This record gives sequence, structure tokens and C-alpha cells, in this order.
Amino acid sequence: MNVKPTCYFEASARTRIAKLVDPDSFSELCPPHLRHSSPHLARLNAPVAFDDGVMVGRALLAGHPVLIAGQEGKFNGGAVGEVHGAKLCGLLERALSERPAAVLLLVDSGGVRLHEANAGLIAISELMRAVLRTEEAGIPVFALIGGSCGAFGGMGIVTLLCTEVVISEQGRIGLSGPEVIETVKGVDEFDSRDRALVWRITGGKLRRVLGDATRLVDDDIASFRAATAELLGKHAERRLPASDLAALTEEHEQLSARARRYDTARDGRIVFEEAGFTELESVALMPVDDFNRHLEGTP
Amino acid sequence: MNMLFDRLFGSGRHTITVDGDFFAGTAAVADAEAVIIGTRNKAAIGSGLALKVAAAILAAVREDDSLSRPPRTIVFLVDTQGQELSRHEELLGLNGYFAHVARCCDLARRHGHRLVTVVHGEAVSGGFLAFGLMADRVCALPDAQVRVMDLRAMSKVTKIPYDRLVVLAEESPVFAPGAENFWRMGAVHELWSAEDDWNSCLASAVFHAGSEDGRALLGLERGGRMLAAAITGLVAGS
Repeated sequence: MNVKPTCYFEASARTRIAKLVDPDSFSELCPPHLRHSSPHLARLNAPVAFDDGVMVGRALLAGHPVLIAGQEGKFNGGAVGEVHGAKLCGLLERALSERPAAVLLLVDSGGVRLHEANAGLIAISELMRAVLRTEEAGIPVFALIGGSCGAFGGMGIVTLLCTEVVISEQGRIGLSGPEVIETVKGVDEFDSRDRALVWRITGGKLRRVLGDATRLVDDDIASFRAATAELLGKHAERRLPASDLAALTEEHEQLSARARRYDTARDGRIVFEEAGFTELESVALMPVDDFNRHLEGTP
Repeated sequence: MNMLFDRLFGSGRHTITVDGDFFAGTAAVADAEAVIIGTRNKAAIGSGLALKVAAAILAAVREDDSLSRPPRTIVFLVDTQGQELSRHEELLGLNGYFAHVARCCDLARRHGHRLVTVVHGEAVSGGFLAFGLMADRVCALPDAQVRVMDLRAMSKVTKIPYDRLVVLAEESPVFAPGAENFWRMGAVHELWSAEDDWNSCLASAVFHAGSEDGRALLGLERGGRMLAAAITGLVAGS
């Protein structure tokens, strides 16, 4: 039987969840008919959504029980407000009592929602603590990234707190988006319309080479599912200990080494070159499987 | 900086080394030695500064561990205009450096250190997420400016007229700049006045610093964040 692959990038959050998990296994918590939308958007006469741009629930993935959240990038850029953030925090809190195999965060967000910026910022900070607490309890948290908004602003920080980060080539991770940097610092600092440059700074392959992402997958939901299933199996076998002093000291060394190694770099070209990808054009075009084989063969 | 240090810790009761926008050292807080880590000059926080903060936290945890002494309180003195905006920092993955600082805060908390933030200048957006907001208790000095975005910039992005935002900001704390708005929403625990004795305020803040995240409930109690606690509970099933 041949199933037509579904593009992850183009899909809605609802479709992503439905096709990522085992058929008909998703049940939504705090569903849209309860109409928990943002009163702050309403007060500013901005459009609201009855799920506030994020759906949360439980499901099975390859038989493993998971808690799962999907941010809808097409609603306000997946941005985090009070209700949106609280749903994510609640899901992580539920993990402590329900003890799923993992919490999956399908991140697709520019960060804090400006219409309720203070509430969004505080929610992100609460989310950061909630992710750390979940991991400390021995429950891994995965970030899946391949939507049009990527993982930026506070959600870029939350993503890097996750145990595993699965990304597609179209996925992007960063803190300040190229448009913001261009607006504040000028086009010479960052030309946000230079798509190749943006890809070489924030794109999935670059983030995978640097180690911020732990898996690079093709832009279809089945590939995200396969990688997530494999990681669930891995974590079921060996429970990761919470970061202790030795682990964080090691992490500190690695981040310091990265900062020294690329101390003047402003283009991902050098990162690809040092990883043994000699021709930039070929990295961009290289199929994900070949790329992964090359990378894993590199010391 | 010495005037601030004297007022917070008492004259001659602090040994703090200033290194550009960063400073670190020790001081007396509630008659015990505390670790002081701070930024100044409205520092833009980049990877370098984030690593200095993280290194100072790790050093405090390591020292107290190796001497088997009670974990010292760590005081963050925050002044940041936000994250550094540059292509270089984005290439390095500044979000990952901020996540590292957060992990270090979490480690210190788990090791029994109390974490108290005093905002002595600005606390803005991503800079505040990385440095300050992860503490157990956050206090703001009278001149502290806490915000994500000013109303003119917000008006430009959201296309909502500036005058309307000014009016709406009177009714709701959720988007307008101001330490008091963050107080009402539960993310700033204490607002100190110019007349307060900051030395005893700090001692009291350390005393009241708990290791659980109670900000959503505090926001509800103070009437500034009415939904976060309820929605969290609804989804958590608690």
C-alpha cells in the first residue's frame, strides 16, 4: 500500500498531531468547544481562537503513551499568551502524575504574543521551569520543529531545554528573528530577505551540525513519526538522569568551545565546512539520509 | 555601583569585582555570606555574558558542594536591555546559551540554594528570561523598568493606535511596561520603595524565597492574571 506523504511544513497543528500519533488515539484536553480563548486579544479587537492557538492532549505513538501539544503557526504566529502558555504548563504538570513515555511539543512559534506581552513572557518563564521539572522527574520532553514559524523568541529557549529536538530542513531555531535584527540593527547586520543566509544561520541542517537539534528528518509527518518512535524506544530503555553538576560543567565547556571556535563567524558556511561539508551548494541539496550519514561519520 | 552595594548589603560588607557589564562576588545577606552575580549599564545579554553568569552559578554550587557547607543564597542584580541582537549571536545559538543559564539556575535550586533577583535597572524581554526571571523571588527597586516592548513599538507591530493602547494599559497589566504590572501578574514578588531599608528588604526576600513556582497563583491573588492558574489546573487535571 502506498501512502502519499503529508508535508509537515504545510499541515495545520491538528493534522500534524492526527498523523503523528497512532490512528484515532488522540484525545484533546481543554478542547475548543470549551471556548477558552484569550480575553486580551478580544479586548484589543483582535481575532481570537477557541483553542488559543494550541491544542493539548494525550495519545499513543507506536504504542507509547504520550502527552502532546501542537502550536498553530497560522494563528498569531503560534505566539504565546496567557491561556496558550497555561495550556502548555498544565500539560507538563499533568505529566508528573500521569507519567507518559514523553511529552511532545510540536513547536511552531515566534515567541511571546505582543498583544499580551507581559503575560506571554511570564508564561514562557513558567514553561521553562515546567520543562525542567518534568525532565527532573525522569520524563523526557521532545521538541518537534518543522513549521513556518520555527522556534523563536522564548520558544527557542524552551526548545533548547528539551531532551530531544527533532527538526526538518525547513525547521528553524533561533532567539531573535532575522526581521527583528534587520529592523533594529539594519540590513547590513542581517538581510532577512536573503533566504539562503537565513537558512545558513537558523535552518535545520545548521542546527543539527551544531548539535542544538538531535535528529534531522525529511519534511513529512511520517518521518517525524519514525524519528519520534525511535527516540521513545531509546528513552524507554535507558532513563536519562537529571542534569547534575558534572553534566552542566561539560555542557558549559562545550558552549564555551563553540563560542571560541566561531568567535567572529557571522555565516553558517564555516560551520558546515568544519563539519566536512566542503561544498555549500551540495549541503543545501543533499538528501537528509545522506546528510545524516555524513554527519554521523564525522568525529 | 558601590552606593547600591552599600545600601543592599551594608558598607564594607561586600567584595564584588566589576568586569565590564558583569560583576560577581560575595556579600553579607541576613548575616550570612551570599553569592552576588550581576549585570549593569543596561547590558545586552549575549553568549559571553550568559556564559559568565552560568559559570558563576556553577562555581557557587561547586564550592559549597566541595566544602560540604550549607548552600549560600545567590542574588542576581539585574540590569539588561534584553538579548543581544546580532547575526553572530544567532549563529552561535543564543537561545541555547540562555537555556544553559536556566539549567544552571535549576541545578542551584535543586542543590538547596535560594535564588533572589533584584532588578536595579532595566529588565527587558529575553534578557530577563535568561537572567532574573528564573529566581525564586524577584524584587524591583523604585526606578526599575520591567517590560517586553514599549507601547509605540507595540502599536507599530499590532497596528493598534498608540492612544488606544495608552487607555487600555490603564485597565489591564498584560501588555504595558512597568514593574507594577509584573507585580500584579505575580512575576515580580516585591516592589521596594526609595524609603525602604533595602538591606532588611533583601533579608526578608531571602527568607520568603520558596522553591516552588507560585507565580500563577500570585497573579490570581493580586488580580493581574486571572486565567493562568485555572487553565493550568484544568489541563493538569489537578
